[in-house]
Amino acid sequence: MGLDRRDFFKIVTAGSASMLAGEVKAGANGGNHRFSDNFGVLVDTAICIGCRKCEWGCEQANSLAFRDKSEYEDKSVFENQRRPVPDKYTVVNTFEKPLDPANPYYLKVQCMHCNHPACVSACIVGALEKKTEGPVTYDPWKCMGCRYCMVACPFQVPAYEYAEPLTPQVRKCGFCYDKLKDGKKPGCVEACPNEALTFGKRGDLLELAHNRIIQNPEKYVSHVYGEYEAGGTSWMYLAGVEFEKTELPVIGSEPIPEITESIQHGIFKAFVPPLALYGLLALAMHTFREKQAEKGDNHE
Amino acid sequence: MNNHQIPAPVKAVYFTRGARILALIAGIGMLAYFYRMIVGLTIANINDQYPWGIWIAIDVATGVALAAGGFTTAALAHIFHRERYHSLVRPALLTAMLGYTFVVIGLLADLGRYYNVWHPVLPSMWQGNSVLFEVGMCVTIYLTVLYIEFLPIVVERFKGKVDLPKPLAGLNKIIELSLSIADATLNKLISVFIIAGVVLSFLHQSSLGTLMIIAPTKMHPLWYSAVSPLFFLLSAIAVGFPMVIFESLLASRSFKLKPEIDILSSLAKMIPFFLGIYLGAKFIDLTLRGAWPYLLDGSVESFVFLIELGLGAVLPIILLLNDRIRNSFGGLLAASALVIFGVAMNRINVFLVAYNPLYAEKPYLPSIYEIAVTIGLIALLILVYRAIVMIFPVISVPPSDGSNLVDRTEGSLVEVRR
Ligand code: SF4
Ligand code: SF4
Ligand code: SF4
Repeated sequence: MGLDRRDFFKIVTAGSASMLAGEVKAGANGGNHRFSDNFGVLVDTAICIGCRKCEWGCEQANSLAFRDKSEYEDKSVFENQRRPVPDKYTVVNTFEKPLDPANPYYLKVQCMHCNHPACVSACIVGALEKKTEGPVTYDPWKCMGCRYCMVACPFQVPAYEYAEPLTPQVRKCGFCYDKLKDGKKPGCVEACPNEALTFGKRGDLLELAHNRIIQNPEKYVSHVYGEYEAGGTSWMYLAGVEFEKTELPVIGSEPIPEITESIQHGIFKAFVPPLALYGLLALAMHTFREKQAEKGDNHE
Repeated sequence: MNNHQIPAPVKAVYFTRGARILALIAGIGMLAYFYRMIVGLTIANINDQYPWGIWIAIDVATGVALAAGGFTTAALAHIFHRERYHSLVRPALLTAMLGYTFVVIGLLADLGRYYNVWHPVLPSMWQGNSVLFEVGMCVTIYLTVLYIEFLPIVVERFKGKVDLPKPLAGLNKIIELSLSIADATLNKLISVFIIAGVVLSFLHQSSLGTLMIIAPTKMHPLWYSAVSPLFFLLSAIAVGFPMVIFESLLASRSFKLKPEIDILSSLAKMIPFFLGIYLGAKFIDLTLRGAWPYLLDGSVESFVFLIELGLGAVLPIILLLNDRIRNSFGGLLAASALVIFGVAMNRINVFLVAYNPLYAEKPYLPSIYEIAVTIGLIALLILVYRAIVMIFPVISVPPSDGSNLVDRTEGSLVEVRR
């Protein structure tokens, strides 16, 4: 139900309870193919050489920092596991290659652009939005800075500008939406010299990923991370070891916002439950008032 | 109603020793608050892994829960017409009104862009999937309802007594007239608002419990349950009367009034019932989810869970089922304090202890600024409460037994946010 979330109130006014129930179900499971036309990126960690050019490309594309390319050759950053921060939407980390500990695998981290983004579902004002093309974007002018999106994100991606006193923003990869709209590749993909990042339609990427697995079974485990995780994501990964051994979290295939949305929609089904409660209480008030009046006559 | 139970402004010395200590704490808190507004959220120990700290867990979540005395008492007295509890309605209403006001003040400190706090009322930004949106809307409307419910008390205080000094004397008639109109209209409509207040409370009290369900992979299984909203609602209902009792006892102590033990004690009779339902629901839920093993794994979480329910629910039930304890000042005070402690702890547990984010380098502990703001707001709330009951007819004062009132508010320091 990615994009029709905000139609909730319209649906409510339409007053069809069953419609709502169906709506939630459809969003729940198996609907992955509906996202085939979304844009996505396949990150092949078996090819990635850890050059960090994607970090550079991202910072250029988003005007985050203007460092010289050579600065990204510094391998010492790999000593610590890094996370995306306000002025760095993507970082490359390492994870161990079992047969060759000296040369680790590399893993690029950024927003996954979930098919059913928990951050979007959580956002109180709709500052985060799932675009039809796939990206999850952020509008700082709507945002009130409650940070519920950060609580909600199962990949712990959004970062916050805590040091900013007046206009702090939630910061995360926005999938270079402006470039995407114009048919261009995102900054990081453009910068990758090794084709470790493949940009394309999610459906095509899945096909590509499974083909690579079939053709090189010794090189990859048979798992496309992001195909089902959290209901599917636009960014997906291939790896040579089980994903449990990487920093990517183990996440089931259920869309994260599923339960909260069913509860919300259940409570507000056409506003019937609140109104029913109101009616019930009004009735109680009336009944007890009469009783009291009868009693009151003898009492006071 | 009994004649000796007519609410009146309390006559007492405002700045007693206790009040001065509170003022100091409130002052420090306000400094910390303004400091946050100038330098931003860096002074809090929250980070990208722990985006929420005690300002959400205590100031907002616990604050809302402990303001539940407002709707529970209103329901009891106005909807179920238990007239004998009428004297408790106004203090509970005031607590709720101030409690929610301070929830908003606390929330503003926590919001990165606090000046956008009004955004959810714009239909163009409505986001019906967001639990927080629903909480925000309900709290906004409920706060308005609470102010409306409090209006009659203001009217009562000033009606027929408007006497502005010379330059403004011309306004006297106008104000008097608007007061009469307000009085007449409110009398007719007040039931509508009272029921609306109860419905709104049901909605947002429960929805607060839905908030963390969006983080299934981060929550500890002892607290992660799809029926968490039900627990939040049941525990809010259960803490409503203890809160009213606790306050009433402290107020009578502080203002040297005779505590209404008989009324409070019969109110307390209902607490084990509500707590029992809450406990029973928790028990069933833990069983159905097969979460019992987590209770015995010796973790910090299992320990605080046991304290939360053992000290905060089981023990007060036992205490209150005993007639002697329930009819004594100390017993009532202890039992109600325990329930308040338990519910406060539950909110802190759900929002902080149970929340285990990925990639966290160290667990969250509040900074001194966060603590200063939280405690400062509680102190300020008590001071404002004290001022209002001395100006407006809120507390039902039995015939006064003396004029020289000495304060003994040691207790109010622990008086928790409503
Ligand atoms: S898609 Fe754009 S914003 Fe996201 S990591 Fe790549 S360059 Fe950065
Ligand atoms: S990874 Fe997190 S921030 Fe990105 S779309 Fe998914 S929930 Fe939102
Ligand atoms: S911090 Fe901003 S973007 Fe995130 S949920 Fe709150 S309002 Fe939405």
